[in-house]
Amino acid sequence: MADFAIDDYPMQLENAKRARVFGRFRLSDRTFHGCTFFAVLIVLALLGGVIAALVYGSVPAFRALGLRFFVTQGWNPVTERFGALASVYGTLMTSLIAMLIAVPVGIGSAIFLTELCPQFLRRPIGIAIELLAAIPSIIYGLWGFFIFAPFMQDYVQPGLIALFAKVPLLSTVFAGPPARNSVLTAGFVLAIMVLPFITSISRDVFQTVPTVLKEAGYGLGCTTWEVMRNIVLPYTGAGVIGGIMLGLGRALGETMAVTFIIGNVPRISGSLLAAGTTISSSIANEFTEAVGDIYTSALIELGLILFVITFVVLAISRLMLLRIEQKKGI
Amino acid sequence: MQATRFLRTAVLTLAMGVSAVVQAADITGAGATFPYPIYAKWADAYKKETGNGLNYQSIGSGGGIKQIKAQTVTFGASDAPLKAEELTANNLVQWPMVMGGIVPVVDLDGITPGELTLDGPTLAKIFLGDIKTWDDPAIKKLNPSVTLPSAAIAVVHRSDGSGTTFNFTDYLSKVSADWKSKVGENTSVEWPAGIGAKGNEGVANNVMQTKASIGYVEFAYAKQNKLTYTKLVNKEGKTVEPTMEAFQAAAANADWTHAPGFYQILTDQPGAASWPITAATFILMQNKPQDPAAAKEALQFFAWAYAKGGKMAEDLDYIPMPDNVVALVKKTWAADIKGGDGKPLMN
Repeated sequence: MADFAIDDYPMQLENAKRARVFGRFRLSDRTFHGCTFFAVLIVLALLGGVIAALVYGSVPAFRALGLRFFVTQGWNPVTERFGALASVYGTLMTSLIAMLIAVPVGIGSAIFLTELCPQFLRRPIGIAIELLAAIPSIIYGLWGFFIFAPFMQDYVQPGLIALFAKVPLLSTVFAGPPARNSVLTAGFVLAIMVLPFITSISRDVFQTVPTVLKEAGYGLGCTTWEVMRNIVLPYTGAGVIGGIMLGLGRALGETMAVTFIIGNVPRISGSLLAAGTTISSSIANEFTEAVGDIYTSALIELGLILFVITFVVLAISRLMLLRIEQKKGI
Repeated sequence: MQATRFLRTAVLTLAMGVSAVVQAADITGAGATFPYPIYAKWADAYKKETGNGLNYQSIGSGGGIKQIKAQTVTFGASDAPLKAEELTANNLVQWPMVMGGIVPVVDLDGITPGELTLDGPTLAKIFLGDIKTWDDPAIKKLNPSVTLPSAAIAVVHRSDGSGTTFNFTDYLSKVSADWKSKVGENTSVEWPAGIGAKGNEGVANNVMQTKASIGYVEFAYAKQNKLTYTKLVNKEGKTVEPTMEAFQAAAANADWTHAPGFYQILTDQPGAASWPITAATFILMQNKPQDPAAAKEALQFFAWAYAKGGKMAEDLDYIPMPDNVVALVKKTWAADIKGGDGKPLMN
């Protein structure tokens, strides 16, 4: 018995120690769990707060203007008749132009960088493209206004007008005269701004493709195009779309650069060479001196619309990712 | 990596965009952006002289009006005056602090500053889009000796809400019935023609960069950037150049005594020497301030600015208020702004 007692005692001690250690583990695990959960709560509370504030702020305008706000395009602070349509159109149109240019160029340059570029050039070109993302948007605005817009006005737009003058629909889309401030120029500058997002994310995900897959493709006698088309792009679809959506998000919300070059006219014009406005530039322009409840509230309601547009874009991208994954059977 | 870089860029841009704040204690004010440079300069000089600081945030007239109504600041500042009824409803007192001039600016080959003459109705028609080319008979008639091109007029206006726009559109409303009914006056309006640019500097740059263009800016911007300003025909039918004297004449000739709450917009004032688009910027205070000590401090600052700030204002191309107006303002302080004991804060 005595032996047992002697043997047992340290056993018990050991167990107690072990329990204590485990207890500590549990405690630290719980704290960790609690902390991370709290972090999530903060993010959710912020998101909910933003939505609540936007909705609450829009109430006076919604009461005064009703659904008319969403389907008319006048913007008259004197009579307090506001319509969001022109700003929404400008936002979507500039982003569409930006994506039409930036997506092919961005993915193309990413393919070149990962597959075709000589090794010693990859880093410098990659860094150069990423540097584009580090330039503050106000600089793009200034550059766009002083350098790019005059270039577009003097050389590109006259060409477009002449080129499409006899084509039925396009002659309206590119109806002159050439203008310094236009929706088209704003779309071009946005394209340059979102390009680095698409390029560098596409390049990063292209590099995750296992070399063995590509080599198998080449081994079967595929051309570079076939390898990209049938192996790399399907393998990385989700990542590439993520990059595109990140770019689109920036294009939709971009404010300063667009304000410089779009002309800030809340009117929908059939021609891309006419001035326009976007939601974010309208808000940035008018918020400080917006006197009166309905005026301020109408601007907040514009913000709410932008929020919803961005949300829908994100939702669509999620949906697309889901479908791609389903198709792949993952 | 991308996200952080983007965030950093965003934060940087934001930091640059946020208006600077005059650092100091005690007196707090918020509002109009147009007088910010001179208020900041006065605050700096006042602090050196008396040790009392002033914190003025140029958040815009709308914000200034909201903050003084909510009594979160000692004074608010607005480029457009509030109507007498609105002042009474919110227990506010209002007075003009300093002035500026607004001038039309053009970019026409071979035309020098002050060479072109315009009058109110013609200016209104140009901004309405009714007059489309520079060789229009209406412009030719005002400028018989100037060779005008047949180029189309490119109109540039402010895209942001501003006191400059308020005064400019107020002038056009006064001289053109068409403008009044179609557009009206406000810090921001629905422009029938042209493109918008942000801030005085935006309009100035757009006008300089666009051939055959016309815009309107604060006189200070036209002068400092050597823009081609025009002469204007005033209410008496006299052609005037934009000068300090012409702006002050407009303020001196305005009838302040019969303007309740100093609701007086200085556009289209009588007087042979008056510049037709002159603008005052206003201060708003509670008539029974929550913090009488801070309010008294603020009034002393304004009195000091009226007495000693004239030269500084002129250096920055602002126009000090004429003496007769200052005397009226001081009378208003004594009559309307009272402490908790019902006695006036300033005598």
